[in-house]
Amino acid sequence: MPDATATSITLNGDPYPLDGDTPLNALLEQLKMRRGRVAVEINREIVPKANYDATIVRPGDQVEIINFVGGG
Amino acid sequence: MQDTLFELGGRKFKSRLIVGTGKYRDFAETRAAVEESGAEIVTVAVRRVNITDRGKENLLDFIDPKRYQILPNTAGCFTAEEAIRTCRLAREVGVGELVKLEVIGDQQTLFPDVAATLEAARVLVKEGFKVMPYVTDDPVTCLRLQEIGCVAVMPLAAPIGSGLGIRNPFNLAIIIEQAKVPVIVDAGVGTASDAAEAMELGCDGVLMNTAIAGAKDPIAMARAMKLAVEAGRLAYRAGRIERKLYATASSPLTGLIG
Repeated sequence: MPDATATSITLNGDPYPLDGDTPLNALLEQLKMRRGRVAVEINREIVPKANYDATIVRPGDQVEIINFVGGG
Repeated sequence: MQDTLFELGGRKFKSRLIVGTGKYRDFAETRAAVEESGAEIVTVAVRRVNITDRGKENLLDFIDPKRYQILPNTAGCFTAEEAIRTCRLAREVGVGELVKLEVIGDQQTLFPDVAATLEAARVLVKEGFKVMPYVTDDPVTCLRLQEIGCVAVMPLAAPIGSGLGIRNPFNLAIIIEQAKVPVIVDAGVGTASDAAEAMELGCDGVLMNTAIAGAKDPIAMARAMKLAVEAGRLAYRAGRIERKLYATASSPLTGLIG
């Protein structure tokens, strides 16, 4: 559950500062992540790419951003 | 002898070699080896992005998803739930529905957890994924996975990264005989003859990573594997001679001098 007093999110397991509600697009831009290269989960729910503009990240959220790496 | 194309999950491929992208020195070497292997399907792993090193290069800048069919794996997952979550995330990156399902049951052997693999496959197939499960070389499990609706079955030749080659060719032969979906040997290949053997047995394809990436010269080994898969496939289609205990002369027995 989002925490109203929080000033950060948990991003890939670590705290990451967030100045209030932030559009997901803005967060990705800040992180220099290209939408075609990543997938995003907020509080364990996958965010479809089409919703990146409309989705708001709130302090206290658990955010996971994944990409592809070398593997077999 | 014109071969048929390799059909997998509704797409057709010329190459029957699937290669991984792990354990290379850098992305440039990964790209060079993949290119040399002639593979058209390339496995990748799904991991958290590196937040602290944001300028880092991305694998997909080297392995173009427009040119290669990207096959995300669920390596490192020990439960059906983790594997399902990983597949859902992988699909959202936007490279299609094909996934390599692996649910590991034991850290030391990396053998699959068969029950969890079946459980995850059921859910993923229902959700529209084209599932390619890494599985033990067990004919019954391969049948079950086929019944569930997996687009291929991928029995292991030997433990992942072991390079031991095909430990149980007879089980593989049974799996191949029973299969209505492509059979791809996944894991355990050590060198070119192992890949050729898999294809000679009648496998539809071979998937490997360490055998190429871990070779002294990965680029040369990539080419060796390409040739081995092609040679093994051709030998399978050509139809080998029966094994016999005694000799049969190759030269005429008549017209001998003197």
